[in-house]
Amino acid sequence: MSITYLNAIREAQRHLLETDQRVLIYGQDVGLFGGAFKATKGLAEVFPDRVMDAPISEDAIVGTAIGAAIEGLRPIVEMQFADFSTVGFNQIANNAGAFFWRTGVPVPLTVRLPSGGTSGGGPFHSQSLEAVYAHYPGLVVMTPATVSDAYSMLIEAVTIDDPVIFCEHKYLYYHLKADTLEPETLPAGKARIARTGRDATVVTYSAMLHEVLEVAKELANEDVELEIIDLRTVKPLDTDTVIASVARTGRLLCAAEAWPWGGVSAEIIARIANEGFHLLDAPPRRVNAKDTPIPYHPDLWSIHRPAARSILLAVRELLRI
Amino acid sequence: MQTAVDTWTNSTTAPTSARLLEIFRSMMTARLLDEKLAALYRAGKIHGGVFLGKGQEALSAALGQALRRTDVFAPLIRDGAGRLAFGETVVEALRSCLGSPQGPMRSRDGNVHRGRPRDGYLPMISHLGAMISVVGGMLLSRRLRGRRGDIGATCIGDGGVSTGAFHEAVNLAAVEKLPLVIVVANNHYAYSTPIEKQTACRSLVDKAVGYGVQGHTADGTDIVDCCKVIGEAVNRARAGEGPQLVVAELLRLCGHGEHDDANYIDRRLKETTIGRDCLDVARETLQERNIMDAEAIAQLRAEITREIESAVQQVIKEGGPDPFAHDWCALATRRLADPPL
Repeated sequence: MSITYLNAIREAQRHLLETDQRVLIYGQDVGLFGGAFKATKGLAEVFPDRVMDAPISEDAIVGTAIGAAIEGLRPIVEMQFADFSTVGFNQIANNAGAFFWRTGVPVPLTVRLPSGGTSGGGPFHSQSLEAVYAHYPGLVVMTPATVSDAYSMLIEAVTIDDPVIFCEHKYLYYHLKADTLEPETLPAGKARIARTGRDATVVTYSAMLHEVLEVAKELANEDVELEIIDLRTVKPLDTDTVIASVARTGRLLCAAEAWPWGGVSAEIIARIANEGFHLLDAPPRRVNAKDTPIPYHPDLWSIHRPAARSILLAVRELLRI
Repeated sequence: MQTAVDTWTNSTTAPTSARLLEIFRSMMTARLLDEKLAALYRAGKIHGGVFLGKGQEALSAALGQALRRTDVFAPLIRDGAGRLAFGETVVEALRSCLGSPQGPMRSRDGNVHRGRPRDGYLPMISHLGAMISVVGGMLLSRRLRGRRGDIGATCIGDGGVSTGAFHEAVNLAAVEKLPLVIVVANNHYAYSTPIEKQTACRSLVDKAVGYGVQGHTADGTDIVDCCKVIGEAVNRARAGEGPQLVVAELLRLCGHGEHDDANYIDRRLKETTIGRDCLDVARETLQERNIMDAEAIAQLRAEITREIESAVQQVIKEGGPDPFAHDWCALATRRLADPPL
């Protein structure tokens, strides 16, 4: 039996609803319809009071969830697409993010963002906004890349007393499958070494992990061994694991699907330049999406976002091979 | 020390002598406290801005007085009177305005951005309309946990009703039939922008029809009308009739903040009924109804003034925060804080 990344998210929510009376799922079409991607399919039938359809009002949806969280519930908000969370951005960044700091009262809220590009998604159904949310204080930002992490990190997100932005990748929903869920996983804030290698460190997260793994496989034929770090959580950023890896390889590449300017890749490179400059044998590099809105046509989209082909080129330049 | 009388048993809408007296006391305290804050601001004792409620005290205090301590209240900029009526003390108000670390916001936020969420008293953010859905979420949570009988109340102005946040939150509250009272103080100017540039509605209460909620209008300068209309709205919300939109007509009798001389306000408006000072109207009403005579009012004023002076001395002595000993962690989950760079 195999489980998809999407099923893992649904089962995590089922588990949360079953085991914690405080859990509430709120969002557009999440009720009997089961959500635009079916991430809540079958849950409203079992938990009719705690899986609630909302009007198309992202600001008020998040505001409502903040109020529920202050009162002791553990709400999970499903944004239909990460892109639409910008309508609720004020509530997430200015209200939820600042609330504990201002008042000392925690806001245990999870916002699920169906993120990233899929073929034909276009400018407003493809965005990766983890860096935007990581920029604001008071938020935890998760970017699971595996089926097991999708399951266990969502469960952990709901137990955390702070607002968690849970960036789940839409491309992985159906494409990524696992035979079983791993019984033990790392806690939030810890990166995972997805592959060990001696020649260069590639730091990545979410769907890009799988592109990088493909590159590593190809380069192994040339006796080049990449060390791959899956960040899992982009905020907090596990700088220690990255530095330790760069100390072993001397070279750093960051690969992320988001836009380049002020992004997670830029943050990692800034930290390594600051704390591990002496470890570097070559200037650190990054591969990100192009600095334009995300194109609709598959032929444009496949060039706009990083993929195995463009990451491979960047690794070759990094290693001068 | 200012203390709001618990109104738990107060279920009628009648503007009784007892209710009017409580409202009047909060109004007077708010006005005198505002005057003190303005003086402290001019003396350079207050950082940032000072935002006063002159002209809005009757409406605000009537709302605070009509609520129970178990209700949820999210006041806005000009609700000093309502905050006091809901139970905030003068000392606590001053602590936020003067940045005392002993205040509820611990020097991290100030002036009107204060509250105690655990007591159902929400601290506003500056983005207008944002707190309405938060109140709604608290009410929804109580409903889900089977806690009945509480209501929520929140305040906004003629400018704030133009925001998307207001629209989304009122619509959502109506859909969920939440026991929420939304009080709109139409003071005719959003900072400098006149009401004609905010809405094409004949009256802001027309919006109630669009949202499918009950609408009420009040004369915001008249303590009796505020008491009656707000009391009625609160009772209807508590009785399960869904959200209530109260629109009160009044005029801001001061600048947006103390930095603002408000020279944009049409002088002719000041000559109309809405330009009346609600505190003068309340004073006359109390005397006409033999609730208080002029001497008693003067005594009350002196008593409140002493209370404020002593509170100011106390809070100034508390001093400011120590930035080097401050806890610079924005997360409740300390282990998840990004290490300082």
